[in-house]
Amino acid sequence: MRIPCPLCGERALEEFTYLGDATVKRPAAEETDPKAWYDFVYLRDNPRGPHRELWHHLHGCRAWLEVERDTLTHEVFDSRLARERGTEAK
Amino acid sequence: MAADAVAGLANQAIVTDGMRYSLFNLIGQTMRGHRGWPRAWRDPDPKAGYDVVIVGAGGHGLATAYYLAKEHGITNVAVLEKGYLGGGNVGRNTTIVRSNYELPGNEPFYEHSLKLWEGLSQDINYNVMFSQRGVLNLAHSDGQVDAFARRGNGMRLHGADAVLLTREEVRERVPALDLDNARFPVRGGLLQPRAGTARHDAVAWGLARAADSLGVDIIQNCEVTGIARENGRVTGVETTRGHIKAGKVGLAVAGHTTKLAEMAGLRLPVESHLLQAFVTEAIKPMVDQVVTFAAGHFYISQSDHGGLVFGSSLDGYNSYAARGNMPAVEHTIEAAMSLMPSVGRLRLLRHWGGVMDMSMDGSPIISKTPVEGLYLNGGWCYGGFKATPGSGWCFAHTIARDEPHALNAPLSLERFESGHLLDEESTGPFPNTH
Ligand SMILES: Cc1cc2nc3c(=O)[nH]c(=O)nc-3n(C[C@H](O)[C@H](O)[C@H](O)COP(=O)(O)OP(=O)(O)OC[C@H]3O[C@@H](n4cnc5c(N)ncnc54)[C@H](O)[C@@H]3O)c2cc1C
Ligand SMILES: [Zn+2]
Repeated sequence: MRIPCPLCGERALEEFTYLGDATVKRPAAEETDPKAWYDFVYLRDNPRGPHRELWHHLHGCRAWLEVERDTLTHEVFDSRLARERGTEAK
Repeated sequence: MAADAVAGLANQAIVTDGMRYSLFNLIGQTMRGHRGWPRAWRDPDPKAGYDVVIVGAGGHGLATAYYLAKEHGITNVAVLEKGYLGGGNVGRNTTIVRSNYELPGNEPFYEHSLKLWEGLSQDINYNVMFSQRGVLNLAHSDGQVDAFARRGNGMRLHGADAVLLTREEVRERVPALDLDNARFPVRGGLLQPRAGTARHDAVAWGLARAADSLGVDIIQNCEVTGIARENGRVTGVETTRGHIKAGKVGLAVAGHTTKLAEMAGLRLPVESHLLQAFVTEAIKPMVDQVVTFAAGHFYISQSDHGGLVFGSSLDGYNSYAARGNMPAVEHTIEAAMSLMPSVGRLRLLRHWGGVMDMSMDGSPIISKTPVEGLYLNGGWCYGGFKATPGSGWCFAHTIARDEPHALNAPLSLERFESGHLLDEESTGPFPNTH
């Protein structure tokens, strides 16, 4: 498995570390419902197929990336800078 | 002539069905050229409905069915398996069985499981080759020696066995170790003498045979595709072999736990990850026990066949592919080389992967669910083989009585919401770090 970094190009897997599901949304700081926090901290969709996830190009440019990858085939479809999250895919 | 032989076989199968395996049987069958062994379990078509349907014929599903029948007299049970029996993680693990956990919610459960292992072959009349060769965890720093002393004391307080070894005692027991590795010298170790290994396939086959002989239907090539509910209560399952009614449904599908829960509208604190394992060509006895390398999370033992069996950490990202990538391979081999440099002379025979149901705190779930009649067994991470009998025993209790046993009450699904986590490694809600 190789991961394309928008800044460095396609790089070997061992240059990256993995954080996890990129679709979970942190509740607003003033959220007081424990259920919302439980959801954010613990519950995951864990799809068998395309998965949006956060990777850190730690041993490269150190950028955080949002990668779309198939959890069944390990095919990578899309990779962009995490700070551009929410904007349309290139 | 060939047809005669086949007819003869079929007749004998009927005559000897439900036979107990024994030395006399073995001698008798040997005289007949081993042509008279009956099949070990039936291959029934699914009935219209069952009192209990267990999804997944891995170790845990089969053990659950066995203990439902044996301990609770519930025999109208089916175990549904999408592939073939034993094709999941029960047939892919490195077979380590131990009860050297630290937390009060985990240790009594694993110790109960270890006690069941000690009688399992006799109990199910099938040799699962449980070998109490000992599991030795190496310590590489003074801090680790202290941590192991603490863990060992905790284990002994729960009635398990644990012995703290000095460096010299480690050297005596495992001569192949490099104790003076410049970066990770060995300072001592924690030995659990009653721990060891078991033949994983035999565990699946033996439990299947034992459950079947008590009336449980084991149905292979039968994938569950939906969970039928009415008014919030489970009524059955949809499968590739049609609808099957069920009073209660128990999920024991390991790496696919969240997929099945999703069919009942549940999201879980579980992610699927990838773990690889390795075996070398067979050699003469070299490693007499299971040895783990705490610096690199590496474990090695030698199979009865002679191959060195070893593995290390997860690949580290969500995956349902039962095959891994090279960085994890390289990491594992590096750990092997720093621990036992002589391993470098061996050729790797095979390596493979399995899909792990990693929970958010690294501990398992044996629990009721918010859906009435639906029970959950999952989150085994890469430690579920050792739990096989204990898990089946507790899950059967939970299903039969509709309440957890004291041993699995701490392994509830609600613990994540209520904050009663069992995080042995204290690494937080990151499944790839457990
Ligand atoms: C490489 C590796 C090494 C390991 N090493 C160890 C070890 O040393 N010690 C230890 O204690 N544990 C170890 N484990 C973990 C252990 O193997 C698992 O935790 C345990 O086997 C899981 O329970 P099981 O046997 O019931 O799972 P499985 O054998 O995976 O059974 C689950 C079954 O459910 C079936 N299934 C899935 N979806 C469906 C569906 N929709 N319908 C019907 N059936 C379905 C699957 O086909 C599968 O057969 C290891 C695992 C791996 C992969
Ligand atoms: Zn980069």
